[in-house]
Amino acid sequence: MTKKIVIDPVTRIEGHAKISIYLNDAGEVDDARFHVVEYRGFEKFCEGRPFTEMAGITARICGICPVSHLLASAKTGDKILAVKIPATAEKLRRLMNLGQITQSHALSFFHLSSPDWLLGWDSDPAQRNLFGLIAADPDLARAGIRLRQFGQTVIELLGAKKIHAAWAVPGGVRSPLSAGGVAWIRERLPESRATVKMALDLFKNLMGSLTTEIEQFGQFPSLFMGLVGKNGLWEHYGGHIRFTDSEGNIVADGLSEDYYQDYLGEAVEKWSYLKFPYYKPLGYPDGIYRVGPLARVNICSSFGTSEANKELQEFRERAGGVATSSFFYHYARLLEILAALERIEQLIDDPDITSQRVRGNAGINQLEGIGVSEAPRGTLFHHYQVDENGLIQKVNLIIATGQNNLAMNKTVAQIAKHYIQGTEITEGMLNRVEAGIRAFDPCLSCSTHAAGQMPLHVQLVGADGSVLNEVYWN
Amino acid sequence: MSVRTLTINNIPVAVEEGKTILEAAKEADIHIPTLCHLDGVSDVGACRLCLVEVENINKLLPACVTQVTEEMVVHTNTPKLQEYRRMAVELIFAEGNHVCAICVANGNCELQDAAIQVGMDHTRFPYRFPERGVDVSHPQFGIDHNRCILCTRCVRVCDEIEGAHVWDVAQRGENCYIASGLSQPWGEVDACTSCGKCVDACPTGAIFRQGTTSAEKERDRAKLEFVVNARSKQEWTR
Ligand code: SF4
Ligand code: FES
Repeated sequence: MTKKIVIDPVTRIEGHAKISIYLNDAGEVDDARFHVVEYRGFEKFCEGRPFTEMAGITARICGICPVSHLLASAKTGDKILAVKIPATAEKLRRLMNLGQITQSHALSFFHLSSPDWLLGWDSDPAQRNLFGLIAADPDLARAGIRLRQFGQTVIELLGAKKIHAAWAVPGGVRSPLSAGGVAWIRERLPESRATVKMALDLFKNLMGSLTTEIEQFGQFPSLFMGLVGKNGLWEHYGGHIRFTDSEGNIVADGLSEDYYQDYLGEAVEKWSYLKFPYYKPLGYPDGIYRVGPLARVNICSSFGTSEANKELQEFRERAGGVATSSFFYHYARLLEILAALERIEQLIDDPDITSQRVRGNAGINQLEGIGVSEAPRGTLFHHYQVDENGLIQKVNLIIATGQNNLAMNKTVAQIAKHYIQGTEITEGMLNRVEAGIRAFDPCLSCSTHAAGQMPLHVQLVGADGSVLNEVYWN
Repeated sequence: MSVRTLTINNIPVAVEEGKTILEAAKEADIHIPTLCHLDGVSDVGACRLCLVEVENINKLLPACVTQVTEEMVVHTNTPKLQEYRRMAVELIFAEGNHVCAICVANGNCELQDAAIQVGMDHTRFPYRFPERGVDVSHPQFGIDHNRCILCTRCVRVCDEIEGAHVWDVAQRGENCYIASGLSQPWGEVDACTSCGKCVDACPTGAIFRQGTTSAEKERDRAKLEFVVNARSKQEWTR
């Protein structure tokens, strides 16, 4: 008899999802699926709105990474206006994205994931969270919280003149950066860098004890996709799209977001609201690719800043070239925070950064626009079609978590096969399955445009549909 | 010119004959919440926010269109009025599609201010979610009917101050909307002088300058006052 184990919902991720584990007659794991069960339909209710509102509307998809949508939307708006934005506006948008990457990665690493490996996979779930971490290692927890706060403050210094205002707008940004803001950032940078260094040392020391996780948490070949800058430098805002494979070969390069439909396909499965994007030339599901920190670190030639470059070299040595285990997402996140901090430093040293010339004005000059940016979780595409007056006719959003959908499913199946035998379900095993998902730091609010957080629900279901065993954690 | 004496909230007030309760209250420094009232143009009593109680009269009266009478005893802030005012604001919210988070007027909106004033924390009425459109055919301005509360300030400003009468009220009841010209796209109405007075008059984000994004709307109310003063008092400087 086939049995099914359901983990519903998955905790410590952004949003609501459920995992089903299918057992075969012998009680071994046959397959596992990561379902996204909520749907919000943002794309639909944008229709008929002025395109200038899109930055504000899509920023509401998610409370965790509003900046990513803001930037992708503003870039799409630039295309509809057909303007090149002022140089300082681009620098400020970059600064905000770097602040966003810092705060989001810090949240993922310190608050959401580190309790697993610092407190132990099988430790008491009631304590296996940020509060448990504060009790066990207050210095680390505090440093992590302050690092996230640094990133958030960078964002606020730029955009929070009014609460939740859409600061990045078609044509540029709404307000410049003050000299006081620059000074604040400069003062807090050394502390932030020290925190990343501490986290990197900690993670590298732990790696010896995490070999099983590295092998089992989504270790498989796939393509990697993301933006790269000139000469293949690590990029988060501009540049062009690159695909590489797990040997590090460049599969496609210099791709423009304008033609994303030529190289990205979107498959749909009945059991999930999340679409399954794939690299078109390889077909579905062979065109599986990963995006986000791991992909960006794998596809780039270098970071272009000294400290991050040094760490990248070590990262590649430790991973044996291209990092194919999804567990390395955590490591890649730390590298990216370091790179972000170094780039923030470069930006605030630029005398141009406080220039007042930050917004260009124009009318509707193009009826279609596609914008792209790197969200902390991966490449984000916005695609709008407007009428003559600029009212939205059609919207398509391709979100980072969606693009990792195939890889997340593969990761869950791999972990389940390794850790689950028989019908006994231990909390520690299930936590590892969830952790496999957490490595991607998925944001399901964004990807299905859904929200919610609830306790854990595990079900063991027989082939006839009867529930054989059921466990709740509240 | 004869004078009328009355009391508002037990304060004795004397005003010229023909003044409204709202004007009398203002002279006595008594605040009555309003939404459709706009200094410089006529009053129509559309929003019912200014309702007051007058002793020996069995119904609530809108202060903006009710003239004072001798010995009138007015109350502006009884528990009953507070309840009715809150209800009036809740109904306005439930009637249209007011999404503050993405609105150009967020943080600078008289409807939001009214909600705060009357202590509205939620609405007890189900939202109607009507299907309404956005007209951005005008080269500079746009009107989002979702955010319109039918106060008709735009209609009065355009007619009484600018003299263009681009706006009027079309249909009735729940189908009521603000129409431009002969219910044409705004951009096609020749009478429109693009003066922007309706943008300044609109209490919400319904009429806005194109290209403005959330919370960016600014109003130049002083401009309306200036035009009115210039006409009536020959004050030509600002
Ligand atoms: S458009 Fe504005 S001013 Fe005109 S009726 Fe509607 S809310 Fe009032
Ligand atoms: S202000 Fe009197 S009814 Fe609107």
